[in-house]
Amino acid sequence: MADVDAINVFNITVRGSDVVAPCPETERVLIALEQAAPFPKPKPVNVGCRKGGCGACRIRVLSGDYTTIKMSRAHVTEAEEADGYVLACRVFPASDMEIEPAFLTPHERMEMRKAERD
Amino acid sequence: MSQEGLLRPGIAQLRVLDMEESVRHYVEYIGLELVGTGDDGRVYLRGYDEFHRHSVVLREADEAGIDFFAFKADNQKSVDRFRKNLEAYGLEVRDIPAGEQPGVGARISFTVPTGHDIQIFAEMELSDSPNAPETKNPYIWNVEPKGMRAQRMDHCLLYGPDINEVEKIFTECLDFQTPERVETPDGTLGIWMTVSNKAHDIAFVNHPEPGKLHHLAFFLENWSDVGHAADIMTRYDISRDVGPTRHGITRGQTIYFFDPSGNRNEVFAGGYTYYKDQPPRVWDHNNVGRGIFYYERQLNEAFLSVVT
Ligand code: FES
Ligand SMILES: [Fe+2]
Repeated sequence: MADVDAINVFNITVRGSDVVAPCPETERVLIALEQAAPFPKPKPVNVGCRKGGCGACRIRVLSGDYTTIKMSRAHVTEAEEADGYVLACRVFPASDMEIEPAFLTPHERMEMRKAERD
Repeated sequence: MSQEGLLRPGIAQLRVLDMEESVRHYVEYIGLELVGTGDDGRVYLRGYDEFHRHSVVLREADEAGIDFFAFKADNQKSVDRFRKNLEAYGLEVRDIPAGEQPGVGARISFTVPTGHDIQIFAEMELSDSPNAPETKNPYIWNVEPKGMRAQRMDHCLLYGPDINEVEKIFTECLDFQTPERVETPDGTLGIWMTVSNKAHDIAFVNHPEPGKLHHLAFFLENWSDVGHAADIMTRYDISRDVGPTRHGITRGQTIYFFDPSGNRNEVFAGGYTYYKDQPPRVWDHNNVGRGIFYYERQLNEAFLSVVT
């Protein structure tokens, strides 16, 4: 009985950086990125709560399949999620993925939410 | 008794993404007591050294952050006086009936220019928990506190615009003092305000988005308990932001860390004793790093950009 329990490992690449993070399908993309870029290498994406609430690890998925668990709507609206925006600490890969950081400063976030309301 | 009017922070209601995970965090790890769950699903928590029924309320929502922060007043006459002051200032004051939270009397509620809902109440039932602090020949605790051994909910730091106006409201209408502040060429960056002998009961930092929470803080007995809290964070994989370190402002010994919804928490020990006749302490923009993180002597990036 080969491989029923084998865990697939996918490669996460970050546009604009040479980091390639192997990420098991059971691991959250942010954690794999952190492990692939240990101190003192610069972190490819920001890290905060690691729990989907603070928005520090906001990214855009450029290609690849993935699943997500609950993310704060303050940082990823439904429309943004449909556009591939996610919080890296709430994402599990289902194929190789290419991502780019999409952290919003408080000012950018405010402008964006304001533009959505108008 | 010379402290009249507002006595202390009384209730903080936080929004959390996942109630079960959040209760584990606040009860097992921070060490609050689970008081109960309301009919609407809100969860009520109490620090082991708090006499009253609850101080922290969790509400499940799809966005993290703070619903409101409430102060406890000495009696209803003071609440009425504060209402008059606030209305005379031009703020709209709303009523929240007794019983909206179990064991809590009527509250007044008003929104300050930073976008936060601030509330005042005079009545809350004493805790009937067997673990509540004793009053007759008391032990320091009945049952040894668990986790980080948080004694009480202590203060919060809120982010939003127009903090100078907020300072005016708090000092003119509610009798707060501002023992410490940060002034930069671009204006006031932060204010640390108190209604008691503590260095701060609430603080505000200037920020473009309204209604944001930077952190909710819990009081620990001493520096050694701050170290113990750090041990708990590593053991249970709690995301740490900064510390253990010290704040220059307030002099508190501290760790910033995150709850499972991304709300920042703080454990805080020490801090100076404030008296109303002390002159205000002022920090400038060249020294604000040491003001916030006394050992690092610089801000981390998250301090000004990661809030819920
Ligand atoms: S690190 Fe806070 S949302 Fe991912
Ligand atoms: Fe604090």
